[in-house]
Amino acid sequence: MMTTIMGKHNKDIKEDLPQMTEQSNENTKISVRDLSLFYGEKQALYSLSLDIKEKEVTALIGPSGCGKSTFLRTLNRMNDLIDGVNITGDITIDNENIYQSNDVIKLRTKVGMVFQKANLFPMSIYDNVAYGPRGQGIKNKKELDKIVEESLRGAAIWDEVKDRLKSSALGLSGGQQQRVCIARAIAMKPEIILMDEPTSALDPISTLKVEELIADMKQDYTIVIVTHNMQQAARVSDRTAFFLNGEIVEFDKTDKIFSVPKDQRTEDYITGRFG
Amino acid sequence: MSSPPVEKTNKRKYILEKLSGRLFLICALLSVISLLLIIGFVFIKGITPFVAEGYSFIDFLFGDDWVPSEDKFEIFPMIVASIYATIGALIIGVPIGLFTAIFLAEIAPKKLAKIISPAVQLLAGIPSVLYGVFGLAVIVPFLQNNLGLAKGQSLIAVILVLAIMMLPTVVTVSETAIRAVPKTYREGSLALGVSHIGTIFKVVVPAAKSGILTAIVLGMGRAIGETMAVILVAGNSLIIPTSLTDSVRPLTTNIALEMGYAAGTHQEMLFATGIVLFSFILILNFVLARISSKGGH
Repeated sequence: MMTTIMGKHNKDIKEDLPQMTEQSNENTKISVRDLSLFYGEKQALYSLSLDIKEKEVTALIGPSGCGKSTFLRTLNRMNDLIDGVNITGDITIDNENIYQSNDVIKLRTKVGMVFQKANLFPMSIYDNVAYGPRGQGIKNKKELDKIVEESLRGAAIWDEVKDRLKSSALGLSGGQQQRVCIARAIAMKPEIILMDEPTSALDPISTLKVEELIADMKQDYTIVIVTHNMQQAARVSDRTAFFLNGEIVEFDKTDKIFSVPKDQRTEDYITGRFG
Repeated sequence: MSSPPVEKTNKRKYILEKLSGRLFLICALLSVISLLLIIGFVFIKGITPFVAEGYSFIDFLFGDDWVPSEDKFEIFPMIVASIYATIGALIIGVPIGLFTAIFLAEIAPKKLAKIISPAVQLLAGIPSVLYGVFGLAVIVPFLQNNLGLAKGQSLIAVILVLAIMMLPTVVTVSETAIRAVPKTYREGSLALGVSHIGTIFKVVVPAAKSGILTAIVLGMGRAIGETMAVILVAGNSLIIPTSLTDSVRPLTTNIALEMGYAAGTHQEMLFATGIVLFSFILILNFVLARISSKGGH
């Protein structure tokens, strides 16, 4: 149903990672090494290491409070907003250590985010989508029109809102709002999109639409999605990381995690014995 | 068909219930009655000269001469003085108050905000006569010396004192409004690579717009109704101000200055001045109600 996706923004960066020889056809987009995070005295993440592949969907699953959202927010430094957060270890995106530079604006331009609850601003649909590009200094009306249309098409919502671009975004249904949020993220032409339980507040039909969208989007973007819903992880993701108490218990291809988990705790969780 | 018996102890409880309900009702009515009495009294007294004594209400509003001894009661200069003083105070007080509120709610470290916030609130508790004394002892001489005025008591002195006086209202109300903006708006904007300050002015302040407007209208109400502080620094001349350094007499001061000795028509005309003042406040309250009813987008 959706054919027009935003042009290619991804630079093809070929890099060889010796330890990943068996998957040498895939590029590592985000590399996390020995990442720990503390809220004041309390440790929330325990030396996590994983590689997130370019143009794949990586799902983070685990019970509430296991640190998956916290981890997601380290990838665009949204945890910087919270007082007393301390981070050790390295996160590199395209071989750049994101905690060595202080240019969070540049980072967040490259790494977009969609939140659990649709958080459109109280302005028109058009202004919401144009908000990011305007912040980048794009003033030209034609250019903005083009970005808004491309982004809304990219989020598979153009046909539903094209006649009411100037009306308030808060008048849309929850599912539509969430897709406009995705459009708003796409408008920044990011390379990576983080999604923090994007469908947890949506009904099944809207959820399905967003999932279809995610499947389409992975041609152009690297997607990291936190989800409570294991079927969703199984449906949309290429790889899955299982989080428990701030640690990654298991990280592997999604079909393996859901068919032949290596760790007993993973098996217990995905079969619904806890969580 | 007799109702089922109620136990004696419960009976007492029901009576108590009914009595306390009545008591609360009487208390609630008391404030409404006071309001009606005050309005009624002021209006009856104030309308008398126009209804029974043949004075023209138009002349009263738009004429220039207030000479009670010659039977001339025209308050246009005072209306102008009140409006100028209020607008001037808003021009100075609102930006300062708004920036203070933004600083406290968005930028200041928690510890600093915890010192500044109560200090601003305490400013609201200072009796207004002390603001006047401060104005008279500090602002008036300062203006006199630095602007080379014969008399420092002037429109600009009134504006400065009122600007300070409206700060606590503007700061507190807009700070609350800014803090009430959902955190998700901020996150959404920051996640789109917009800076902190950019986020404040593009998302947070617009989202808090109705609360901030309320703050401004409340501050305005404070400025237009203020009497004691204004008397001390206004100079009280009966002229239409043409410059910031002119001595002025706003509506409130006119009533306070003359009510003590006025009698007959003169006294009634002061009540009429009160009606004009009251109308300003009513209009402000009406505007305020409109703003808050629109508040939920």
